Amino acid sequence: MLTCRQMTELVTDYLEGTLSWKDRFRFQLHLGTCRHCRKYLRQMKVAAGTLGRLPPVEVPPATMDALMERFRNW
Amino acid sequence: MRFLRRASARDDGTAAEQRAASDEDRALVARLLARDQAAFVSLVRAQHESLVRLALVFVRNRATAEEVAQDTWSHVLAGLGGFAGRSSLRAWIFQICSNQAMRRGAREARSTPFSALGGADEPAVDPGRFESNGHWAHPPHGWRADTPDRILERAEAVACIGRVLDELPPAQRAVVLLRDVEGLEAAEACNVLEVSEANQRVLLHRGRSKIRRALEKLLGDE
Repeated sequence: MLTCRQMTELVTDYLEGTLSWKDRFRFQLHLGTCRHCRKYLRQMKVAAGTLGRLPPVEVPPATMDALMERFRNW
Repeated sequence: MRFLRRASARDDGTAAEQRAASDEDRALVARLLARDQAAFVSLVRAQHESLVRLALVFVRNRATAEEVAQDTWSHVLAGLGGFAGRSSLRAWIFQICSNQAMRRGAREARSTPFSALGGADEPAVDPGRFESNGHWAHPPHGWRADTPDRILERAEAVACIGRVLDELPPAQRAVVLLRDVEGLEAAEACNVLEVSEANQRVLLHRGRSKIRRALEKLLGDE
């Protein structure tokens, strides 16, 4: 039986789909019986999902001007 | 969620299939080749800061990273006609940036191999939070904001993520940036960073774990 500690180290392999079918089964079995690990998995997904939706950092006007100059001279 | 739908990478040493350019990418390339200024501005707005962040992994300081990012755009424009669409446009641009940054880093004699930039081998969760049998002694706290939308509504959470991202060991930062922030496929990120899929996954795991930990500290219900 997988422990919670092992589960926290396998989360990314699980999400990436790289666990063997046997480990994937053990992982899912553990999830089915452990609400703390379900919460942990959800938080890892939410953290990754939030990273993917961060607002873009504004490009300073001087940098944009310099790049537009390159574009016009292209 | 996006990363759940990705084609699975494999552990047997074969590279996962790299995603080809989308119709959207091809349309954007056509607009750029037609000298569409608005298309260039929106592309720069979307990707410039990430180019600087990626370059910073390989070069000494932000000023040099900024130069590398700006030079990357010149190389992108110069090479656009030859863009074959074998990868996404985004991955192709990052690839040009990493090539430039690695070359620049070597010239600065900062030739630390990427694999040495990964940071210490540390557990995802503080071992003190587990019983000796490996089960939770101090389980994860629930979060006051528990979806990306709710988290993004909180300025302090956005600032916290930015801060933790900047403080990650360089290789973890690069992988989290390319995979989670920019949405590159595993195979694309591996090509850009010249790293194996297994190593890429370890770096992603460590980086993501630190972001989760920081969010738990900020948003967790005690």
